[in-house]
Amino acid sequence: MNLLPFYLIVSAFMFFTGVIGVMTRRNAIIVFMSIELMLNSANLTFVAFSSFLGNVSGQVFVFFVMAVAAAEAAVGLAIIISIYRNKMTANIDEINILKW
Amino acid sequence: MTYYTFAFYAFAAIILLSAYAVVTSKNVIYSAFSLMLTFFGVAGFYALLGADFIAIVQLIVYVGGILTLMLFGVMLTNKITETEIKTGVFQVLPASIIIGMFSGVLIASISNNRWTVAEKLNNPQNSLVGIGSILMNEYILIFELLGVLLLIALIGAASIARK
Amino acid sequence: MNDFLFYIIVALVKIVIIANMILITVSYLVYFERKISAWTQNRVGPNRVGYLGLLQPFADVLKLLLKEDIVPKVANKFIHSMAPFIALFVAFTTYAVIPFGPSITLWGKEIPLMMADVNIGILYVLALTSIGVYAITFAGWSSGSKYSLLGGIRSSAQMISYEISMGFSIAGVLIFSQSLRPMEIVIAQHGWMWNAVLQPVGFLTFVVAAFAETNRLPFDLPEAEPELVGGYHTEYSSMKFAAFFLAEYANMIIGSAMIVTLYLGGWQFPYVETFGFSPAVTIGLQVGAFFVKMGALLFFFIWVRWSIPRFRYDQLMNIGWKVMFPLSLLNLIWAAILAMIMK
Repeated sequence: MNLLPFYLIVSAFMFFTGVIGVMTRRNAIIVFMSIELMLNSANLTFVAFSSFLGNVSGQVFVFFVMAVAAAEAAVGLAIIISIYRNKMTANIDEINILKW
Repeated sequence: MTYYTFAFYAFAAIILLSAYAVVTSKNVIYSAFSLMLTFFGVAGFYALLGADFIAIVQLIVYVGGILTLMLFGVMLTNKITETEIKTGVFQVLPASIIIGMFSGVLIASISNNRWTVAEKLNNPQNSLVGIGSILMNEYILIFELLGVLLLIALIGAASIARK
Repeated sequence: MNDFLFYIIVALVKIVIIANMILITVSYLVYFERKISAWTQNRVGPNRVGYLGLLQPFADVLKLLLKEDIVPKVANKFIHSMAPFIALFVAFTTYAVIPFGPSITLWGKEIPLMMADVNIGILYVLALTSIGVYAITFAGWSSGSKYSLLGGIRSSAQMISYEISMGFSIAGVLIFSQSLRPMEIVIAQHGWMWNAVLQPVGFLTFVVAAFAETNRLPFDLPEAEPELVGGYHTEYSSMKFAAFFLAEYANMIIGSAMIVTLYLGGWQFPYVETFGFSPAVTIGLQVGAFFVKMGALLFFFIWVRWSIPRFRYDQLMNIGWKVMFPLSLLNLIWAAILAMIMK
């Protein structure tokens, strides 16, 4: 049995769960986690294609994505913490200082 | 049903249920815990796909690094003495309509496509060697640039989070 | 008998042997810790239960089993009971990749004397160590007590900081073995080519990192009694506390087993092949060598605990980032140069 479309469908569902999280939640950290879900689903697609294609380039790409995700997590959390220090909230709807 | 398909469905169930719990649970710590399960499930998928190195790196980087950072974020952006860390859910209807449309299109296109598979699947014993040689030969510039990126992110995060 | 069934049975037998070995070793490790601390401080130590107090571990377990399990009112029940399980899970699964002997041949099939000979064994250990942070962080947060939380945050910061120097020290070892398989790392250290001899700086940084990762003195800041009552396990009692206790000692055993595997030649008994013993005796001597080395390191762990005072938290971070991390980088360069010369 060819399981490739099943992997892709699981990855698609994971991606949409992440999108729902970004759209419906207001806590900055949960939005962050949803973004990680989306990145993971993209990684899963890469590895699935790489495995069924018999080519490891896709896995190397996943490696790069992980490094970028780590950098993004560090900077993003630093931003969240410094915002929290100024506004005492992590709710992204209350951080509307640019909206006039 | 072979062991392989059984493992596939088990990991798929873990991933989808815990991903659902990440975005719906009211408690941020429960979200973090479910996200850990999701990462485990994805690592299991990688192992099933013969990408053992990526599976372990997934555990080290995501579970050991990124999620720990997030837990720190949760603990530092909520009041320490309260265990109740709750947040609400908004805009469920528009979100579900948009997602329904997009997911319908994507899943229809995935399932209607006829996927062909390479004859010789890669050997899991060689994936580590393969990744290493390809990383050091073809993608060496990107690899070096990633090091610079991580250094910049480290300095940037430290300077942003400093008082 | 078909091959599949044979390997399943072999794996089950190995699991039973290793799991029981860990449990017995841990209980007697606690006993020896108390005896050695008594010896260090000129006391007698436990000597009432059984001959020389040898049944003390069983009495301890019985006492912990019979205690009341108290969960604080403000605690998050689910995560509070989850944390000890994560700690135990990590402590027990790490043993799967540690080789305690060479491959033996039984009924015409080669069986390595380890649970699973996977080609990424060392990374597996690193991954599980990073999961171990969660047990302590969750335990600290879910108790709803500020001492627990401080202990949890301290511990995760400490473990993440020392994981870096640990990883770089291991990279030096991997240059010589050219494989992530623990078995091949051991085989690469034949004779006196132990990594502790070839790269003493890496050995030092790895040992220090192992102490920090297992939360042992002089790095036991997460549970520093004078400052934090009991750290992350302040609010734990009965078997949940026992689980943390068990996990700490099991981590100590893993730490020493990893040091032996990576730096002290694993099960290698130098020049045992030239003695002319029969293969069975040779393998027995090699397995014995592994356990003797491990026992010596466990004694070292306990000895250090009762000899060196605890570091202050800022000193701990300074040592981790400003001393151990550069030293492990230097060791990596040294290992690369040495590997080029020896090739």
